[in-house]
Amino acid sequence: MLPLKKALTSSLGKKYLMAASGIALVGFLVTHLAANLLLYLPEGELYNGYAKALHDWGPLLIVAELGLGGLFLFHAAVATGLHMKTAAARQKGYLEGQRSKGGNSRFGFPANKMIWSGGILFAFLVLHIIHFRFGPGIAEGYEAMVNGESARDLHRLVAEEFRKAHIALPYAAVMLFLGAHLRHGFWSWLQSLGAMAPKYDKIIYSLGLLVALAFALGFLGIPFWYLLDVPGMLK
Amino acid sequence: MATKSFVLKVWRQDGPDSPGTVEDLTEYAKDVNEHASFLEMLDLINERLMADGKRPIEFDSDCREGICGQCGCVVNGQAHGSQRGTTVCQLHMRSFEDGQTIVVEPFRATAFPVIKDLVVDRSAFDKIQQAGGYVSVPTGPKPDANSFKIGKEVSDRAFDAAACIGCGACVAACPNASASLFTGAKITQFALMPQGAPERKRRVSRMVETMDDLGFGHCSNIGECEAACPKEISLESIAIMKREYLKAMLAGS
Ligand code: HEM
Ligand code: FES
Repeated sequence: MLPLKKALTSSLGKKYLMAASGIALVGFLVTHLAANLLLYLPEGELYNGYAKALHDWGPLLIVAELGLGGLFLFHAAVATGLHMKTAAARQKGYLEGQRSKGGNSRFGFPANKMIWSGGILFAFLVLHIIHFRFGPGIAEGYEAMVNGESARDLHRLVAEEFRKAHIALPYAAVMLFLGAHLRHGFWSWLQSLGAMAPKYDKIIYSLGLLVALAFALGFLGIPFWYLLDVPGMLK
Repeated sequence: MATKSFVLKVWRQDGPDSPGTVEDLTEYAKDVNEHASFLEMLDLINERLMADGKRPIEFDSDCREGICGQCGCVVNGQAHGSQRGTTVCQLHMRSFEDGQTIVVEPFRATAFPVIKDLVVDRSAFDKIQQAGGYVSVPTGPKPDANSFKIGKEVSDRAFDAAACIGCGACVAACPNASASLFTGAKITQFALMPQGAPERKRRVSRMVETMDDLGFGHCSNIGECEAACPKEISLESIAIMKREYLKAMLAGS
């Protein structure tokens, strides 16, 4: 009666896919932020050690990276598909715009403009990967010793890049959009799967604000940390 | 008797295919009894327009007591106006300031094409309902009244969903023009009751399919529908629809 393929290509099914890929991406963010907190340390030993450990996975790392890239592409592709159809659902908007009627409505930038915050994140990701993942390495002199072995000095690269305002400020700005995306996304993925009960609704939505702030501020702090040269001041 | 005057702008459209435009009817919106309902104000304007030999504003209404779901338009960017839990027929001019600008336009959604002025074609809702919003009733002798035991709290929740009058405000208020709250309410009222059990999987899959086919948008979990709903149907109805659909999907054929 309801074949899987038909179900997953319906508007509800696509939101199941958005929710599943979205929360998996949040899972990646947890590991990414946890590791990046090491960037707040003035010495690169631990951070470079972590990066080296990842690189020592060899081909497995490539597989993981491709998987993660695929997850991003999948999330973005399903989002684009949903929004192409929905864009046609209201061709003419309201004369003087719409105003929320309040209550529990989440009407506002984070909820209404997920496609914009997501799109900005997508564009950022491409640049971010080129910038750091494929940025200068050992051959360009970014070399550090980790436990007596040669490793890429990613910590110094990040520190140097974020001392430039034209790099640090756009990075920080994008993290505000990440915050907006998670502010709605963290609640939304549960509702998309039907895991919502009015009793817990407010708590989960508030938790979403905490999650959004934690990620946005956690990431956003790093560029400012080096732009304002906090490690230098602490010395 | 206190009266108020308004700066009134109304969407005028001769027919489905004409482009339509905003008409300034301020000169007809003077000295309105503040206890008139919004639709009574439109009635008054229409009398004045007709006295001038002009075409009256076309709008839908029937019961004028907030129970039939016929009325509905967007007032100052809000479906049924700013008051929560209220249809536009139950909105009164005392809730507006004297001299306030009032912009009136139809519900906007591709699936609700404008017929004339503020009147839109909401038969898309009927199609969703016909796709599965019913139960099979056995013929033959009347079953014993106690053969279905339903907890009060369950029937109350089902009733809350069944309070939907199908006015379309949820679609008008949704930035995606999604019909999820309507469809969710129609599914929920049966999903919670034993009478709805035999058709439950068929119901949700057909109603969702019909909703998608009619050109409504998807649900982004914004929740403006709930805020605009004159019957204050909860977003939980949408969650229940999603659970029902998930169950139907996992059960397969
Ligand atoms: C760090 C990266 C990202 C994370 C952690 C993330 C997380 C999430 C989560 C948890 C949701 C809620 C799912 C739901 O509503 O069911 C979501 C929704 C969404 N995401 Fe992302 N996302 C990310 C990147 C992106 C990108 C690159 C796009 C690109 C277009 C995007 C577009 C969207 C859209 C449009 C929605 C809402 C769909 C809707 O209901 O209208 N996201 N995201
Ligand atoms: S006319 Fe019946 S609900 Fe407004």
